[in-house]
Amino acid sequence: MMSIINQEGLEFYREIREKSGQPIELCYQCQKCASGCIATEYADFYPNEILRLVQLGQKQKALNCSSIWICSSCETCGARCPNGINTRAVIDALKEKAIAEGLVKEKKIHLFHTVFLNSVRANGRVHEPVMMAMYKLKSKDLWSDLDHGFNMFIKGKMPLLPSRVKNRQTLKQIFKQSYSS
Amino acid sequence: MLFNHIANKPISFYTRYIQPGWIFVKPNRERGHGQLKLSYFPGCSLESTAKEYDLSTRSVCHALGIELVELKDWVCCGATSAHSTNHTLSLALPARNIALAQEQGADLAIPCSACFNVLKKTDYTMRNDETMRLKTEKITDFKYNGLVNVLSLLEAFTTSIGVNSIAKSVKKPLQGLNVVCYYGCLLVRPPEVTQFDSRENPESLDNIINSLGAQTIPWSYKTDCCGASLSLTSANIVHKMVGRLLDAAREAGAEAIVTACPLCQSNLEMRRAKGDISMPAFYFTELIGLAMDLPDTEQWFKLHLVDPRPLLKSLSLVR
Repeated sequence: MMSIINQEGLEFYREIREKSGQPIELCYQCQKCASGCIATEYADFYPNEILRLVQLGQKQKALNCSSIWICSSCETCGARCPNGINTRAVIDALKEKAIAEGLVKEKKIHLFHTVFLNSVRANGRVHEPVMMAMYKLKSKDLWSDLDHGFNMFIKGKMPLLPSRVKNRQTLKQIFKQSYSS
Repeated sequence: MLFNHIANKPISFYTRYIQPGWIFVKPNRERGHGQLKLSYFPGCSLESTAKEYDLSTRSVCHALGIELVELKDWVCCGATSAHSTNHTLSLALPARNIALAQEQGADLAIPCSACFNVLKKTDYTMRNDETMRLKTEKITDFKYNGLVNVLSLLEAFTTSIGVNSIAKSVKKPLQGLNVVCYYGCLLVRPPEVTQFDSRENPESLDNIINSLGAQTIPWSYKTDCCGASLSLTSANIVHKMVGRLLDAAREAGAEAIVTACPLCQSNLEMRRAKGDISMPAFYFTELIGLAMDLPDTEQWFKLHLVDPRPLLKSLSLVR
């Protein structure tokens, strides 16, 4: 198998293999993962196809696909895999790589993750009202869910002020070192 | 004249409808001592969208004689956003909370399945992966000793308290209430990490709900995904996933869904067809509280987006 892929593809395969720590080479396409996957209907590749793309070093296709972002990390695939491959870990490694290479297909989902983590960085906890407002502003999707938001505000579930952690030093250190390593 | 009219009213006339909950997160009081002490990690959702889960958990634990000590200065677990974008961060944020739990000493109970899952995964990595453990320890500046067990609230209820003692505390059996139990993804998967119940057909929640006198109906969607954090970014997908769950629950003959996760519950309430009020979604702690006849159940139910009170009234479980 390895002889039909080029050097770049091989390196890509090895990197994902190493980063995810999963025995990707063991996948023999039984499709047990795909038959349990709830996201297949909405995405471009099945989980087993993603593993095959990685095995074959198809970097572009594996990184620039919507499946890895539509995946909600429900872990059904990994729990049922007869070869013990945790596909969620492979998909996480692919997402991280796609961000690094600038090949993110589902920009809105990536934006959501960024806004979410910015909220954690600022307060130590997610402040849902501001996080959602920021996401809505940045994604230019302003008008959806206003009814739910208003309803929750009235019920006192959307406090205007965030609850913040006191130990800012450790929080700062966690973010700084996680992004530098 | 109008000015006088406005100025003559006391300030409280204008502020009487303003609730403190609009402005800030109301800190919950710690309640007295109990026989069993657990550290408690509420998580961000329980401060806002899942407030009723937090309130009911605290009340029920107090009534069952469990002392919940909230982790001092806990930080967000990072959720899907951390593990999707930065592996190191997805270990470091939960590790910070494990460090805090280690300081407090008692086992850690986590009501939110998503928080539970990432903390448990981090705990698993710390136990089994030496290099990642050292790296994470360095970032979060603590020494992992592995003495604290990370438990989901459901697991704490089934193992530490036990179904029998919950059954004994029932004062008002939930007769006539037919429900399906919805565990969601993250309580039981990945099985090697969570080490709890069956990965395909879990029954711990069913046992608890049955012990309250309610009837649980077997169905095959117990551990299917609700769409989780896609709710905000791809609402149409989550609509379809939730619709599938609600249809299946109806077909099974249930009148309500019982959950153990704030993400599942809010998706089940928010992402259903507009105006559909027929299938309320409960947190399991709310039903325990109702069966124990605790005084503050009303406060939890009125926070729901889909009001469960009509159903409960029709079974004369609430006034």
